[in-house]
This record gives sequence, structure tokens and C-alpha cells, in this order.
Amino acid sequence: MNNNTDPILTMTAISKTFGEIKALHDVSLTAWCGEVHALMGENGAGKSTLMKILSGALSPDPGGEIRIAGTPMRTGDTRLSKSLGIAVIYQELSLAPNLTVAQNIFLGAEKSHRGVVDRHAMRTQSQPILDRLGVTFRSDTLVGRLSLGERQLVEIARALSTQARIIVMDEPTTSLSSRETEHLFKVIEGLKREDIAILYISHRMDEVYRLSDRCSVLRDGTYVGTLERDELDAKRLVTMMVGRDISSFYKKAHQAYEEDREVALRVEDLADDKVIKGCSFVVHKGEVLGVAGLVGSGRTELLRLIYGADPASRGTVYLDGKAVTPSSPRDALKQGIVYLTEDRKGLGLFLDMSIVDNVNMAVAEQDARPGGIRHFSAAAKRAKQAIHHLGIRTPSSRQAVGALSGGNQQKVLLARLLEAKPRVLMLDEPTRGVDVGAKSEIYRLIDDLAKQGLAIIVVSSELPEIIGVADRCLVMHSGEIAGEVVATPERPIQQEELMAFSTGSFPQSNASEDASHNKESLA
Amino acid sequence: MNETTTTRNPAQRMAQMKSVVMALGMLPVLILLAIAFELMTGKFLSFNNISIVMQQASINIVLAAGVTFVILTGGIDLSVGSVLAASAIAAVEVSLWPGLGMLGIPIGLLVGLVLGLVNGVLIAFLRLPPFIVTLGSLTAVRGLARLLGDDTTIFNPDLPFAFIGNESLMGIPWLIIIALAVVLFSWFILRATVLGTWIYAIGGNHEAARLTGIKVSLVLLFVYGVSGLLAGLGGVMSTARLYAANGLQLGQAYELDAIAAVILGGTSLVGGVGSIWGTLIGALIIAVLSNGLILVGVSDIWQFIIKGLVIIIAVALDRYRLKGGART
Repeated sequence: MNNNTDPILTMTAISKTFGEIKALHDVSLTAWCGEVHALMGENGAGKSTLMKILSGALSPDPGGEIRIAGTPMRTGDTRLSKSLGIAVIYQELSLAPNLTVAQNIFLGAEKSHRGVVDRHAMRTQSQPILDRLGVTFRSDTLVGRLSLGERQLVEIARALSTQARIIVMDEPTTSLSSRETEHLFKVIEGLKREDIAILYISHRMDEVYRLSDRCSVLRDGTYVGTLERDELDAKRLVTMMVGRDISSFYKKAHQAYEEDREVALRVEDLADDKVIKGCSFVVHKGEVLGVAGLVGSGRTELLRLIYGADPASRGTVYLDGKAVTPSSPRDALKQGIVYLTEDRKGLGLFLDMSIVDNVNMAVAEQDARPGGIRHFSAAAKRAKQAIHHLGIRTPSSRQAVGALSGGNQQKVLLARLLEAKPRVLMLDEPTRGVDVGAKSEIYRLIDDLAKQGLAIIVVSSELPEIIGVADRCLVMHSGEIAGEVVATPERPIQQEELMAFSTGSFPQSNASEDASHNKESLA
Repeated sequence: MNETTTTRNPAQRMAQMKSVVMALGMLPVLILLAIAFELMTGKFLSFNNISIVMQQASINIVLAAGVTFVILTGGIDLSVGSVLAASAIAAVEVSLWPGLGMLGIPIGLLVGLVLGLVNGVLIAFLRLPPFIVTLGSLTAVRGLARLLGDDTTIFNPDLPFAFIGNESLMGIPWLIIIALAVVLFSWFILRATVLGTWIYAIGGNHEAARLTGIKVSLVLLFVYGVSGLLAGLGGVMSTARLYAANGLQLGQAYELDAIAAVILGGTSLVGGVGSIWGTLIGALIIAVLSNGLILVGVSDIWQFIIKGLVIIIAVALDRYRLKGGART
């Protein structure tokens, strides 16, 4: 029925060149009111560039045209785009953490009364929008206090407040928990009913299935094609995106979990008096332990406690039966416990420094010659091996890490951890913001490392990912371990079990035959 | 796959060009300034005048080297001028001890080191903001300098280490030798040691550095200690030149010249990016400006205005550079 009316948006023959690099080549895109139009493609395919051109943040090369409801729009003018009802929610959030939620929603469009900012009006007008999103925080909360997931919702609220007709969402669910994602989907369906066109950029197949009316695919800056809803097919989409078949996704080669494995890491009653209320669990050698839970349930905080990044108020960490409880990250690294942060740019990488320096940062000291003089040839060798072993795609090992793609940055960070010869590897959202190709490589790496006998903990918001990689899965709920689910060769972990634990509603004992595996630590 | 490698090449070339431009930094500006002053006065580029300019720059080079360490970690040290004064007073006082006058050198250095370490402890272990701490010590240490010298000018016409300020080794004044030695020492630390890598890492991403197991507190203690030590060295150098020290006047606003030299040299105030060679060039630009403007006959007042504008332009360049280096 959409096709009977005129499209709200037509982008025709859009090209964009940066220096000598062609980021977009003759791309066209059409969207109708009241539809969700998914935009897929690997990182670097040009989706974000296309959306930046739509928002006016970038000017296209001459020759392209954008029409809004049939009228040509002057390009390269963000204010104009905004006033025509185009709202873009970028991947990299653009909120001011020192301001309240309401102030952020009205940032640049402050409500005022005779030149004085009307805080009351902003609060009262933003609250209904927040209520529509079903959030738990209030409009006068400081954004700095919110989790990444909650901040994303504020971004969405900001777009909603501008009466947008076209809303672009650039991977909005990357940092959202399953429940928050569910909220967002409901909101999107509501927006559809209000006749708003939504351009939805995503890497996640299930979201595209769930939401989209049509799906367009970009590859290397060119338009590959559009599938109608009834044509959507995972295999076809993946082939369109990458031009190759990825069937090795989530394929486990390491031995599945067995009860009699040697314990590598034992955590006993670890707490921090803020989020974590006392957690106990073990990880075995050669085992991949998943940790699921909603955003804010304390998954990251738990890993940081184990790593010594934040002070613990009580509890003990044992490694191979010996109490080690790291007092600092440095201490943890010495013991062979390493941690991959969920925020690789903010907390992980040195973006101005080379791959060599980033890979060697934790081992430069042990490699050093007497007098603390750096052993540059050893460093270069380590970097070269890491680039080869992890398949980091870069013109040179001297390349600054900031210039690499998300997937390659993640591999550099992983390489640094692996250089430290870890015995326990804690990975927090190891595939966040990483394209499909790199994702499957990271899964294979996790599998390899487990095969070599490392104890691995994987925190992830993507349930299929956890189910795919983990032998056993803990589920966290408000700072506690709410449950444990074990995968067996006959019966993989079920998404519903994880959801039930993470929302605090434990599965009934008659829900499944394997309920005996679900040890409830609270019981 | 092929596409990505072919599209990388121009990007790589651009990155290379950019890094060359950045490495050269302000060197062309220095050369142009020197040529301009030579054309205007006809006597700027004489061996004698260049030697004078270098000697005038030497103390600022030493101070700026210390400040470079601090700024590379993303910090700031506003106290170097005051620390220089306190060290200079201590050095002159000790030089008056009969028979032990040479002890003025190590005592001067020690005073600088201790004061720098006090800054470092407050910043690294009590986690106070560097700006506040060193703003405080800028004032407090100035008071300390006046206290040490009874608020008068202390003379020592028979200063045992006066050769540092007035004599040469194989035709090169000691002041210049010391300044260049400090630059070489700094370059070695920053370029070739693990400590140097850590300094850049902390400036680049403080929290990531901690999570990578870097001893952040000790590194910060080191950089403020070095900054103090080099300010102490500056104090000794200035004493050796003047045969005297005054707690009230000596080293006033030196910290601003030092910071200006660092920024002119392309070191980012945010930390993590920069080099000691840039600082050397920055300090030379400031010295060339001062010397050249005097030779041209520009009044004292206008010298202030021009030097101030140069600092602002330098910060503007810093911003522009950061923008130009924006990552995809």
C-alpha cells in the first residue's frame, strides 16, 4: 500500500569521495512514510556516510539529488535537513553528560520564556516522550549517570522531540539489552503507525527480520539491491553483503563442558557495595562461560572487580586454587587474568599510537633491555605475528590504531591481551560494533583459545552470540547471579531460559526436562 | 579485498605526507623568521648573534623540556618559574659556603627535584588536578624563594660555577651544551624507553593505560619530578649567568614561555602527541622573536603583544592539527 503514495525520501545517484577514496558510488535509496527500511552492509560499506549526507553533515559529490516529499533539498545543511524533519541517531552518541536528560533532549532547541531557559517546560515536555520509551530514569537525571544503553534511549527521545518525519537509526540496539531492545521495537512500531519513515541501519539479521518492510544492501560504497519483506532470507542477505557465505558462524570445535574439568578461576562472594551484591562462580580450564543479563545488571562491573579495576569490598578470587584477588589491573595481568573492555576506544586503545605500540603495551616492560630500554625488534616481531595470527587488515604495523576499522581495532586489543599470556580471558562484548567477517573470526579465536585450555568468560548482550559460543551461561540480575544454564550436546542453551533469568522471572521447574541444570544460586 | 588495499594507498600517502608535515612542524616558521630578521637587520645570522640567541634560549629549552614530559601525559606544570627561582636562591646561598661552593649545583638541582616531586605526589597519589596543584605551587614556591633569600638579591661575585654561564667548551657555550644535552636526554627517555612509551600512553588514554597495567601514578610522579629537576637546573644556569638570584623577580612568567615553546612545538595540550624536537624548535622561535624584535628596534611593549599573539596562533594551530588528524 505504501507504493501507491509518493515516497517521502528519494536519494538519487549519490556519490561521495574523500580525497582519492570513493566512499559512495552512485547510490540511490527510496523510503515511504510508515515503513521501516533496513540498511545493511559490512562496516565501511558506506551506510553511515550515506546517512551523514542525508542529515547534511556531509555534502555529496555534484550530480546527486535528495528529494523530500518530492521537493529537491539543498544538501550539506544540517539545519535545513533537521527542519525538513530528518533526525539521525548516530552510533557514537552525542550527549552532554553534565546536563540532565531533559536538557539533552532540547539541546540546541531550548525552551525559553522571554530569553530565560524554561527548565520546567523542558522537564514536563520531555517526560511524556520518555514515558513513551518506557524508561526507568527521569527527565531531570544527569545523563552522566546513565548507562550506555540508557543514553541511547535519550538519543531516541531527542529525535522524537523534533517531530521528525524521517528517523535514521544507526545500529540503535548495539548497546541495548534484550529488554531495552524490545522496548525500542515497540516504539518503532508505534512510529510506523504515526506514518514516520524509519531508516534502520543494523548488523543484526533478527532485527531486520523483525522490523523491516524492505531491506537495502550496500557493499563497498555501491548499492547492491533491495529485498521486499517477503523476499528476506538470511543466506541471500549475507551473500549480498559480503559476497561470500558464512556458515562457520558459532561453530564450536573445542570440547563441550564436562563436570570433572579442572577449575581455573573461582570467585567467592565478590562484592563492591554498589552494584555487585556478592557473586560466586567457577570457570574451568578450556571452558567458555557466558554471562548474560540486562544492561545495568552488573556484568561489566563484575568483570572489572575480578580484574582489580575497581575496588572490591569483600570476596576472594582464586586462580588454580590459590587466593589471588587482584588489587589492580597490573596485579591481575601478572596473575594471568586479562580483561577486554566493552568500550575499546574509551578504555582500551591508544588511538594515536601504532599497532606495534598498542599490541606491546602490556609486555613492553618484560621485553625491555636493562635500564628499561625498549626492545623494538621484539615488539615489531610480536606485532607482526599478531597481525598475521589474528588477520588484522592494515597497510603497516606502524599504522595508528585510530585509522583502523572497528573489527581490526578489536583484534588489536585482543592481540594485546593475548601477548600477556593469559590463563583467564574475560571478554566484555567482544563483537560490539564489529562487522560480520571479523565477528566470525573472533568466534573462531575464542574457540581456538578454549581448545588450548584457557578459561574464558564472555559477556554479551546478544543472546544468540552467548548461546553460540558458551558451554555454560550465568545470568545476572541486579548485581547477583540469578541462574546458570548448561549446554549439553543434545540440548543447547535456550534463549527463553536466559531471558527468564535476566528479567528476574525464574523458569518453572516443569518448564523443561533439564531444569535440574538450572542451579539457582539464590535458592 | 583488493579494493580495500587500493583505496588504502592514497590514504596512506596522505597520512605519510601529514606525518612529514607534522614532524617538520614549526621548523619552516623558524627558518623564515630567521631569514626575515636577517633581511631586515643584516646582522641577525652572524655566528655571534646566533650564539647569543641560543644562549638566551637555553634556560627556556631546559624548562620546556621538563614541561614537555608533563604535557605529554595530559598534565600541566605552571610552577617551573617559581621553582627555578627557589633553586637559584638555594644555589647562590650554598655557593657562598667557604670551600664547598660547588655544592650549589647539586643543592640547586635537589631543591628543584623535591619541589617537583611534591607536585607529583599531590597529582599522582592524591589525584588533584595538575592545573590547580601547580597553580598553587606557582604562588607558594614563589613565597618560599623570597623566604629563602630574605627577600633580597643575593650576590656571589666569586661564584665557583660561574663558568657554566660564561665560558665555552671547544667554542660552544656551556649553556648551549647543557640545553642540547637535556634535549638529547629527553629524546632518549621518550623515544627509547618503556617509560617514554608509557608517558605517551597515559596522555593518549589515561584509563586505558591503567587497565593495561601501566604504573600510572609512578609515571606521573616521574614527569613532575623531571619537570622540577630541570627547573632546578634552569635555576643553576641562571645563577651562573647572573652571579646572583632574587626571589621576587627571577623566573617571573618563565612557565608561560616554557608552555608556549611546548605548544609551538606541536605537542598537544590534551596529551599523547608531540615530541621534544618540536619543543626545541618552539623555544628557538621564541628566542629568535625576542632577539630579532630587539634588533629591529621594536619597543618592549610591542614585543609583549607580538609574543602573546604568537602563543594564541600556536594554540589555534594545535586545534587545526587535531581536526586535520580526525579519524574515520
